[in-house]
Amino acid sequence: MMQGSVWIAGGGVISGIGRNLDECMASFEAMRPGMAYMQHLHSSHAGTFPVVEVKASNEELAALAGMPAHWSRTALLSRIAVQEAWNASGLGSISDYRVGFVSANTVGGMDKTEDFMAAFLADPAKGKLRQVVHHECGAVTDLVADAMGIRHHVSTSTACSSGANALMYGARMIRAGMLDVVIAGGTDALTRFTLNGFNTLMILDQQNCRPFDDTRTGLNLGEGAGYVVLVSDAVAANIRPWCRLAGFANANDAYHQTASSPDGTGNFLAMKGALEMGGLQPEDVGYINLHGTGTQNNDSSEGLAITRLFEKGVPPASSTKSFTGHTLGASGGIEAVFSAWALREGIIYPNANFSVQMKELAFSPVTAFSRGNDLRNVMSNSFGFGGNCSSLVFSKE
Amino acid sequence: MRIFIQGAGCVSAQDSGVFPGEIRRYEGDRLPVADPDYKQWIDIKQIRRMGRAIKMGVAASHMSLEAAGFPNPDAIIMGTAYGCLADTGVFLQKMVSQHEDMLTPTAFIQSTHNTVAGQIALLLGCHAYNNTFVHGAFSFENALQDSLLLLAEDPSRQILTGATDEITEYSHTILRRFGLYRQAVSAGEGAAFFVLSAEKGATSLAQLTAVEMLYRPASEKETADQLAAFLLRNGVQPGGLSLVLTGRNGDEGNDAYYATVERSLFGDTPIAAFKPFCGEYPTATAFAVWMAAGCLNRGVVPQEAMVKGAAPAQPERILIWNHHHGKHHSFILLEKC
Repeated sequence: MMQGSVWIAGGGVISGIGRNLDECMASFEAMRPGMAYMQHLHSSHAGTFPVVEVKASNEELAALAGMPAHWSRTALLSRIAVQEAWNASGLGSISDYRVGFVSANTVGGMDKTEDFMAAFLADPAKGKLRQVVHHECGAVTDLVADAMGIRHHVSTSTACSSGANALMYGARMIRAGMLDVVIAGGTDALTRFTLNGFNTLMILDQQNCRPFDDTRTGLNLGEGAGYVVLVSDAVAANIRPWCRLAGFANANDAYHQTASSPDGTGNFLAMKGALEMGGLQPEDVGYINLHGTGTQNNDSSEGLAITRLFEKGVPPASSTKSFTGHTLGASGGIEAVFSAWALREGIIYPNANFSVQMKELAFSPVTAFSRGNDLRNVMSNSFGFGGNCSSLVFSKE
Repeated sequence: MRIFIQGAGCVSAQDSGVFPGEIRRYEGDRLPVADPDYKQWIDIKQIRRMGRAIKMGVAASHMSLEAAGFPNPDAIIMGTAYGCLADTGVFLQKMVSQHEDMLTPTAFIQSTHNTVAGQIALLLGCHAYNNTFVHGAFSFENALQDSLLLLAEDPSRQILTGATDEITEYSHTILRRFGLYRQAVSAGEGAAFFVLSAEKGATSLAQLTAVEMLYRPASEKETADQLAAFLLRNGVQPGGLSLVLTGRNGDEGNDAYYATVERSLFGDTPIAAFKPFCGEYPTATAFAVWMAAGCLNRGVVPQEAMVKGAAPAQPERILIWNHHHGKHHSFILLEKC
């Protein structure tokens, strides 16, 4: 029943370092991370925490997305990246295929709900209902599916690792013969809810984040969306796919609701499982796109799990969150696009703001952008609250 | 391959245990939950800090694992449309009224939708596959579909799957303003979990044959065609069903949709409804699976559930058909085992 390969036909991304994949690549090459004080979100912490906003107002994004500006920014970002991914795939008309849409997000239309709450709390009969009509995570996905004309399957998964879970679920539906094509990834807009939430956990850095650096003190929140177009062997035969989704695994750390276990048990199991599914050895991996949020706990756990798995030597590795910030539900999708593109183009991304070697690790992240690397396999890690750990492996053939 | 429900647990407006027991009836636009004693499964200090969605989910998942006699699932997959609304509401209310100042982390930590599946994994020490679907009236259905895929990939697995959703004062007030309860509709909440595996055992309640979702059908005709095709793919003629268990909720327009399709497809097949027992909420189909599995296992359908025809004795095949505003439809087929 489960058979065949799943290919990446294309990808699209919008983030704080660019409105499309080309702009993001230019920012990596120019060593231009996207952190800044917020321009679009309104928060009393605006001057305290740098964030990585998409540099566009809701009106500008709405025009790009072809959607009303009063809809959740999460939907606007999603539509823009989905359209770019679809265009990149060269597949033509969506109605020619059995196309599914699996999207991840963590707080749905929360950006509008939190605007609703002030009036509602003062008087439960007040507050504009149109601000809460898309509160549910799934409602955001439906808006984008409808705009794209996708009917065959829509679903939404959640967690900070769920962009990666979306790719897994999509790939498995293709392999089961249910669908020919799945657009999979994730989206999340910045909200006061998440900014304040992460602030209560005391894991937001007041400076630019420094993943895998010994002086790191937390993450910067970002926003954006990233999607790949997954296709079956039959569909891939008619196009030039970027690469193949060769392996994936989802494991649970089962240690703490928000913190990672010190030795990164879940991280280790996810990476190991993804390699096993791909029939690969650790030494086959040419580049790791790290989860690398920049918190003390996350990077230490991930680094130790990598050290254990890649015992014969750790391949070049970097956290692109040092440019985009942590985009939560979008991060697995955005980093899947970066990883698949890295494989196709032989690119290794830099890790910004690295200067001091982590004491507990023998390896350090790559700090310079480079092209022309002979990459055969690239790994992408996504870990999250609830102990959720996911790893993807992309292969050239 | 055949998939069996090896154990089930449910927290709802009805008594826990296999349906049907004595049926509880309520008045008003919000059904309360018949809470079990959560201390059986959760530390009392934790109970006080836990939102209902988490408590109900943890309790129902433990009940299903105990019934199946299987403490270590190979995957935990669940659905929730709204997630942990109570904690979300607490954090939002404090954030707004305290102007983003002096906030504490507990409500935020517990607000994330994957808290429940994470808590279940944490309490079981389970490192296996863990996923949460958050897609309105497709949330539980995606969890079921993911479970069936995992079993197709590896039939040796035992999978814990289910759903949870809660009502809060805020959510009830807002949904009422949307006019959801203007007619005879009652809001509901609850959690139901199941242990699924490919091997029939002593505890097997019913066979879970198939699940399918239909998004935005253009008309009742398209829905009827898709539903008929779903049944035929699974070797069942529309007339071969013992019972169609629908998501009628008391809203005229909503219920008329079911009736239109039934007239064209089902002839004399008995029709029932499950929402009078559990209320209307996006993951109520998890309750319906629990109810249908109980009916198949005990060979009894309560007369109170019937919309049309007499309650069938010794039902063989039950189709659960639910739709949410005509936009999200789901079909779940269960058979006696």
